[in-house]
Amino acid sequence: MDIPYTSQPRPDTGIYNAKVGIWLFLASEVMLFGALFSTYILLRVGARPEDWPTGLLNVPIGTFNTAVLIASSVTVVMAWASLKMKQFNRFKLFQAITVLCALTFLGIKSFEYRDKFTHYEVWKTDGTRITGHLEGKPMFMTLEKVKAAGKESILFTPDLHHYSEGKKAMHERDHGDHKAVEIPVAQIKRLSAFVPAHSTYFAIYFTLTGLHALHVLGGAVVMAYLFGPGAKMWFTDPDRLTNRVEVSGLFWHFVDLVWIFLFPILYLL
Amino acid sequence: MQATTHTMPHAGVHEAHHEEQGFWRKYIFSTDHKVIGIQYGLTALVFLLFGFFLMMMMRWQIAHPGQPIPLVGWLLERVLGDVAAKGVMSPDLYNSFGAMHGTIMVFLAIVPLAFGAFGNYVVPLQIGAPDMAFPRVNMASYQAYVLGGIIMFVSFFIPGGAAQAGWTSYSPLATSIPTDGQTFWLVGMIFLITSSLLGAVNFIATIIQLRAPGMTWMRLPFFVWAQFVTGFLLLLAFPPLEAAGIMQLMDKVAGTSFFLPTGLAVGGELANISGGGSPLLWQHLFWFLGHPEVYVLILPAMGIVCEVIANNTRKPIWGYKSLVYSALCIGFLSFIVWAHHMYLTGMGTKVATFFQTTTMIISIPSVIILTCFFISLWGGSIRFNTPMLFCLAFLPMFGIGGLTGLPLGFAASDLHLHDTYYVIAHFHYVVAPGTIFALFAGIYYWFPKMTGRMMNEFWGRVHFWGSLIFMNVVFQPMFAQGMSGMIRRMADGGANYATATLQKQGVEVIGGLSDKMMNLHTMILWGAVFLALVQIPFIINVFWSIKHGKKVTSDNPWNATTLEWQTPTPPPHGNFAHAPTVHRGPYEYSVPGHSSDFIPQNETDKGSRQH
Repeated sequence: MDIPYTSQPRPDTGIYNAKVGIWLFLASEVMLFGALFSTYILLRVGARPEDWPTGLLNVPIGTFNTAVLIASSVTVVMAWASLKMKQFNRFKLFQAITVLCALTFLGIKSFEYRDKFTHYEVWKTDGTRITGHLEGKPMFMTLEKVKAAGKESILFTPDLHHYSEGKKAMHERDHGDHKAVEIPVAQIKRLSAFVPAHSTYFAIYFTLTGLHALHVLGGAVVMAYLFGPGAKMWFTDPDRLTNRVEVSGLFWHFVDLVWIFLFPILYLL
Repeated sequence: MQATTHTMPHAGVHEAHHEEQGFWRKYIFSTDHKVIGIQYGLTALVFLLFGFFLMMMMRWQIAHPGQPIPLVGWLLERVLGDVAAKGVMSPDLYNSFGAMHGTIMVFLAIVPLAFGAFGNYVVPLQIGAPDMAFPRVNMASYQAYVLGGIIMFVSFFIPGGAAQAGWTSYSPLATSIPTDGQTFWLVGMIFLITSSLLGAVNFIATIIQLRAPGMTWMRLPFFVWAQFVTGFLLLLAFPPLEAAGIMQLMDKVAGTSFFLPTGLAVGGELANISGGGSPLLWQHLFWFLGHPEVYVLILPAMGIVCEVIANNTRKPIWGYKSLVYSALCIGFLSFIVWAHHMYLTGMGTKVATFFQTTTMIISIPSVIILTCFFISLWGGSIRFNTPMLFCLAFLPMFGIGGLTGLPLGFAASDLHLHDTYYVIAHFHYVVAPGTIFALFAGIYYWFPKMTGRMMNEFWGRVHFWGSLIFMNVVFQPMFAQGMSGMIRRMADGGANYATATLQKQGVEVIGGLSDKMMNLHTMILWGAVFLALVQIPFIINVFWSIKHGKKVTSDNPWNATTLEWQTPTPPPHGNFAHAPTVHRGPYEYSVPGHSSDFIPQNETDKGSRQH
């Protein structure tokens, strides 16, 4: 006996099995991200304002990435609509664009990550803090590693302003001279790149965006499968392929929606 | 029933067997819900036994601190090394056994048995479906569970041993212990959570979509309702713990401070962390799962009890609708009671008041369910077979467990009882002689459907009476110990604490534990030993009966009404030779004027059964 309602809707519920499944799955995803967003709120409320970095992320790049995802959520619907209209080649085109958008998003995000891994904050023993770049742009440097390398000082190119001075100052940070200064290791209390361990802000930033990136990757893999080998189903069971594209599209909309929340709370607020 | 099954047209049987499957496809990588159910069941029973062995070794250490463990001490030393030097359980080993006992029992034994095994095997049959809605997702769910189990098991043998911070894994303790056990625990948990998530999606979708024609919501057996609500609890309560697990993993591996406060000192030195995190946040996220989890443990058990009671009292279950609405209420309320585990964390009296109110409210639907079961017994001509005995014992045992929870739900009385052996006694009464008894009942009850043979009744009774007596010998004394102030999680069973007295002006202001209370440890130890011994007949009974048990003479040996008994025995791939149509409610026993004392759900009003 075959399992009923795999492609045709059940009369009394009005939907097919996979659609029930994906909505349930998305409900659990809401709880997963909901817990992380709650964590964001709690950590932020509990943090001293000067310990909560703002304005360190590149807003134009973030905006561009947002646009990429929004565009992909249009094309993912176009792909499904094409199948509904029996236009297989048009489906292929839109599905390909969607996957490319996903990959573009991930590519840009990885550059953003790298930018943070090479950007540092130094807590000095006199209580002052400066942000900037280390000589040679190393990633993941810490005070322990500097000491282990036997160095007595570091060459540091500071930013003009520290994020604790507020947003206005941050916007002007790239204007003016950048001069490298030498800071003796003895004057350094803590040295950290903008990695998860830097602060609770970057902890939640990397956890949320990392988990979101995993979802983007998962969605891209599924949609690439439906574009490639999975598309053969068009010639055997077109209704079911259409449903699969619809279900993956629902997931994709959710992934986009999460980003719509992530972008303002991490980049803008 | 057997006769009608045999006279079925041949084509119908062929429909169910598209092709012969090889061994691997049929038993290991199966997508058949019945095989997966049995896989879940056997794996979970192995973990149940393993978790029990961990506890027996701990009970020895509690009763005889510092003395080598008899029989297995040498083995522990050989396998685990210094932590069990000379066969003596070190405090570190005690801590990791304690943490893993809880983890294994909850996440690897009871939930997979109640939800994964019984849910998988019985639910599609009871709703008249050919399989689960997503058979391959079902297989993936089992595989994720096994992987999670392997990771947990392997963590015992890594340097430093398994996780030591209790099954609750409170930060900052869990993050500060410098071994990798906690990392393994977290990765294992992520697999287990993924497994229940896949299972939950599948169960709910199956129940919504694959009910047979005529199987309306109010004709569902209560067991299906129980699994349905359980599915939602797992679906919505587990993800926050997954989020918390990811964050604790980040704390452990990436050096973040999600749950680590500013100024945290570890080993007398300031920890090299950014700080700014919140230890309370972990507890909130953990108990947001932790409390619905209690109902994940108990609801499927109540479902089983309902089926067995209706069948063996030979009368309709009393208050079917009350049962269903109570289960739904429990499902909803269980999401807003979690912080009653946290009265002592200093979260504030206003918050505590809210949560003690909701906690008292949630006891109402639980009492309604239990009351319905009790009233169902009234006036029935009860068949006292092994499954029924276990279910009858479930009622008072779960009653004790539930009622002793009330003092813990009030902040005022919880101040005294929090973290004592009283808490242990309370939740073990709910889960051990409660849920596990119901699960035993389920095994004895559905065994004939799974294998076509009955389990031995005499040894079933030995198993029952032994378990009932020794469960109480083990857990009853703990109430007394807890009320006298014995704290849980002490590796020496409180030997140090017992002698701690403080006298002021000749008056004892802090009294240690009395010898009477300490000596109960010995009684509990022997209770546990005998409890283990009476499980031997059960284990032998299960395996012996597969080949040698009394053959069933019909597909419906208990004369039951629900659909799982209207299939061939054991049900073939695809379950029903012909899709059944449902014509009536689930518990039509002893209907006046009817020739037999039960009417199967698929029997039409004219009296002929449809397949």
